[in-house]
Amino acid sequence: MPRIQPDEVRTIAALARLRLSEPEIERMTHELDAILEYIDTVKNLDTGNTEPMTHAVPFDCPLRPDEPKPSLSVEEALQNAPRRHDAFFEVPRIVPGSGEGA
Amino acid sequence: MASPQVVGASIAELADGVRARKWKARELVESFLDRIHRLDGRLGCYLLVDADGARWRADQVDAAVAGGRDPGLLAGVPIGLKDIFVTRGLETTAGSKILRGFVPPYESTVSTRLAAAGAIALGKLNMDEFAMGSSNENSAFKPVRNPWDLERVPGGSSGGSAASVAASLCAGSLGTDTGGSIRQPASLCGVAGMKPTYGRVSRYGVIAFASSLDHPGPFGRTVEDVAALLEVIAGHDACDATSIPSPVGRYRQACAAGLAGLRVGVPEEYFQAGMDPEVEAAVRGAIDEIARAGAKLVPVSLPHTQYAVATYYLVCTAEASSNLARYDGVRYGHRTAEASSLEELYSKTRGEGFGVEPKRRIILGTYVLRSGYYEAYYGKALRVRRKIADDFRAAFSKCDVLATPTSPTAAFKLGERNADPLQMYLADIYTVAPALAGVPALSQGCGFTRANLPIGLQLIGPPLGEEAIFRVAGEYQRRTDWHKRLPKDPS
Amino acid sequence: MSVDRYEAVIGLEVHVHLASRSKIFSWSSTAFGEEPNSCTDPVCLGLPGALPVLNRAVVDAAVRLGLATCSHIRPRCRFARKHYFYPDLPKGFQISQYEEPLCEGGAVEFRVAGEARRVRLTRIHLEDDAGKNIHDDSGVSFVDFNRAGVPLVEIVSEPDMHSAEEAAEYMRALRTLVRTLGISDGNMEEGSLRCDANVSLRLRGAEKLGTKAELKNINSFKHVREAIEHEIRRQAAMLDRGEAVVQETRLWDPERGLSQSMRSKEHAHDYRYFPEPDLPPLAVDQDWIERARASLPELPENRYRRYVGGLGLSGQDAGVLISEREIADYFDAASKVCAAPAKKLANWIINEVLARVDDARALAAADLPVPPTALAELVDLIDKGTLSGKLGKEVFARMWQEGRRAGEIVASESVAVVSDAGLIEETCKKVVAANPDEVARYRGGQSKLLGFFVGKVMKEMGGKADPKSANEILRRLLG
Repeated sequence: MPRIQPDEVRTIAALARLRLSEPEIERMTHELDAILEYIDTVKNLDTGNTEPMTHAVPFDCPLRPDEPKPSLSVEEALQNAPRRHDAFFEVPRIVPGSGEGA
Repeated sequence: MASPQVVGASIAELADGVRARKWKARELVESFLDRIHRLDGRLGCYLLVDADGARWRADQVDAAVAGGRDPGLLAGVPIGLKDIFVTRGLETTAGSKILRGFVPPYESTVSTRLAAAGAIALGKLNMDEFAMGSSNENSAFKPVRNPWDLERVPGGSSGGSAASVAASLCAGSLGTDTGGSIRQPASLCGVAGMKPTYGRVSRYGVIAFASSLDHPGPFGRTVEDVAALLEVIAGHDACDATSIPSPVGRYRQACAAGLAGLRVGVPEEYFQAGMDPEVEAAVRGAIDEIARAGAKLVPVSLPHTQYAVATYYLVCTAEASSNLARYDGVRYGHRTAEASSLEELYSKTRGEGFGVEPKRRIILGTYVLRSGYYEAYYGKALRVRRKIADDFRAAFSKCDVLATPTSPTAAFKLGERNADPLQMYLADIYTVAPALAGVPALSQGCGFTRANLPIGLQLIGPPLGEEAIFRVAGEYQRRTDWHKRLPKDPS
Repeated sequence: MSVDRYEAVIGLEVHVHLASRSKIFSWSSTAFGEEPNSCTDPVCLGLPGALPVLNRAVVDAAVRLGLATCSHIRPRCRFARKHYFYPDLPKGFQISQYEEPLCEGGAVEFRVAGEARRVRLTRIHLEDDAGKNIHDDSGVSFVDFNRAGVPLVEIVSEPDMHSAEEAAEYMRALRTLVRTLGISDGNMEEGSLRCDANVSLRLRGAEKLGTKAELKNINSFKHVREAIEHEIRRQAAMLDRGEAVVQETRLWDPERGLSQSMRSKEHAHDYRYFPEPDLPPLAVDQDWIERARASLPELPENRYRRYVGGLGLSGQDAGVLISEREIADYFDAASKVCAAPAKKLANWIINEVLARVDDARALAAADLPVPPTALAELVDLIDKGTLSGKLGKEVFARMWQEGRRAGEIVASESVAVVSDAGLIEETCKKVVAANPDEVARYRGGQSKLLGFFVGKVMKEMGGKADPKSANEILRRLLG
């Protein structure tokens, strides 16, 4: 029984905003199935009392003084914009409320 | 003035010559630019050569020398930067089409430090796309070829960084290592490369692949070159919240400090089935040499090694799926030509811009982070990661440095492993565990196969144990001459 | 009305901009003007390679808020990445807090129509704000990242509220609190205070909560009330028709006065939270907490209790005084030097001072024409009888206009009342003699006519008689 089906890959690709062709989906489903089977070996290990290791450094979050420093210039901020309008970045029309904006 | 012999030269020789006015930085730069011009068409190391910038900076160094000012430890030394370090005003792509044309308005901390020490960046080095790969075949632009055999891969993801040093297309270089991306190409190209302790070298301005695993680090022909570069780039950076605040070690001195009293651990799990016999013989020979040099060998065990590759691919894909979310065609990089909605802008831009390997990892990473799957995959991986780090902690209570192979095989042929990503992942077996634990590890040459392909020895230290590693590496190098062998220039 | 069959259950998620000088995770200024994309840096633009570094002042502000609401401050908390795609979100994720927020528990206390309320808090956590999308009719939209990275606290309440009015008062109380703490300007119009509301209905007396809808984009006190009232009516109508309320997010449209379902259908949302690898866990030690506690100003609810319990003000007056930090500060500064009863001082502030400012925040201005000590002086003059109440109002008007002190105006313009008892008595006698009919009626029991005589005396003396003395003398002469 495969661990992952093409439909699930399609759903995940949509969540990741990644357009994949049908051959890509097929190939990826096949490869992911093998990878997931291998990855499942970690499930055999008992990690009951082990704390998750989220960071490889042992210290706490350093803190920065609240001192503003010079901004990028508007030109620097926009110099790589594929499309711009005056000093704005331009995107296709946003239907208000269409996103998941917090 | 003597004319500089740049092929096979060490960083110290070149910088000393500049400081002593034996040659000018400008001459060094011209020599390397000439080699790049003649040879890189066959090797594919550079994605971008900044000849004008390099000449300008060389002239600055020469002016400093002429004016009696200290040009720095790396005076006039031409180096290469993996194209994952952002460089102000110089296109930076991370080997991806999605960043083609991206000209950063800021500079990475480490490239700033190199420049301040007098090093001269010649250009940006080829790499696997977003540092994802072990063969450099995942570069969106062109493959890098191994200078020892042009039909073979240089390793990856820092393939350009390793091959350019091996082929003397720069005197030293910077790469990044997330699961082996410095050590494995160093091994396959017969140069030295180090992944320092996580947090020892700033990640600010290093394009992220997997944030909790990304380690910038140096390549050099000799371990002293690696030590010199590391002394310059290491150290606290207030722009990176995971940067370690403690002072930088004396790595160059450590290279000459000898092995007296040092215990070298040999983990049994790193010498098991699947390793090429030629590799095993060379690595065991190197360990014997280290013992002859005065180190005490200690058998140790890293019992969770078998889980390292699975754990690594869970952690790195999850973080990668997050780090690559910003490539959306709005602020920089590739943007699809036609998009009538936001939805289309995102999915087409990303579908067109990312290559196969980033796509695979984004999908896998998104899969494991989904609500309902997190604990079973990512959460589990973080717990196993702790156990792997604890393995190292326990081992380092018995020894100062671990000695292992870097890669189970020498360089393989282009295309040989492309068809099966899992097999490619499994070859990372010796390099991923130190990356998960965040401990420092270096690869240096320890022999050649019958086909004249380099073999690498990996030395692993405890957190901030770089000096212990350099003691072993320096002594081993002093007793051998693998580092003096040079590949023939491609015709 | 059908609405009465149901009880509304409301919880709010309030986002507050913290007033730091630089952004939460990077150094560009938060003091941006109109020019788009003029206050950015590699971090808040989400450039490749950029890394977040946490601003200490932002953590301190959130700790103070946590202490002021009696929340538990976690000794170690974590940041997490929250993923979604939207043009104003530069990194493709927001750096927020998920499983281990900075503050947990606690409560906000306030009053609705004089009645005390206590809304429990679930948590307070830190996060970065997004940029701004500007919608256009031309078929494209624009993005400005000046606001990206401005520090936010999200204050999540328990579902402890039951009416739109209560929710609006809770918002006001929060606003006053953050302004009193000096951690935010609390300006709703400028987006410094934003609110999402979770609203559900259940039959009165029922235990089980109904299905909730989340309302987004509520950005004024008026909209809090309107949006929630509208949602209660919408859900009540559905329940009346026997329909099920759908769990969904709805966008409030203040112009049309209605809400619309906003979740895009193609993708169920899944934020894929995971611990932010670029930021180690944040430690807030006991020392820090104690220093923050020591720096807390007197909080609005403490002021309220002091005004009512200690100074004897009415709950209503105390409520007005604490409604804005600047009003209460003004009152406290004046009352420190004022000998007259606090009630009188409060009346002057509420009726005269507040009538002259559009925005109570103006009371903190350095060039305020009548600073609190000047008002105290005036109220004391009136209280001692040196000025009549009527004259006092005139003097106050001139103080406000000319920026002069009451004593100065009184001395230079001889507007002071005549407290010379002889002169007042003489005038009183004259008035009594001139109005025999009224004298007879007064003596016949119409004691209200005393005011008539006082008025005549005042008129004779050009308003300058000390009203207290005039009253006493007239009573004696007429008695």
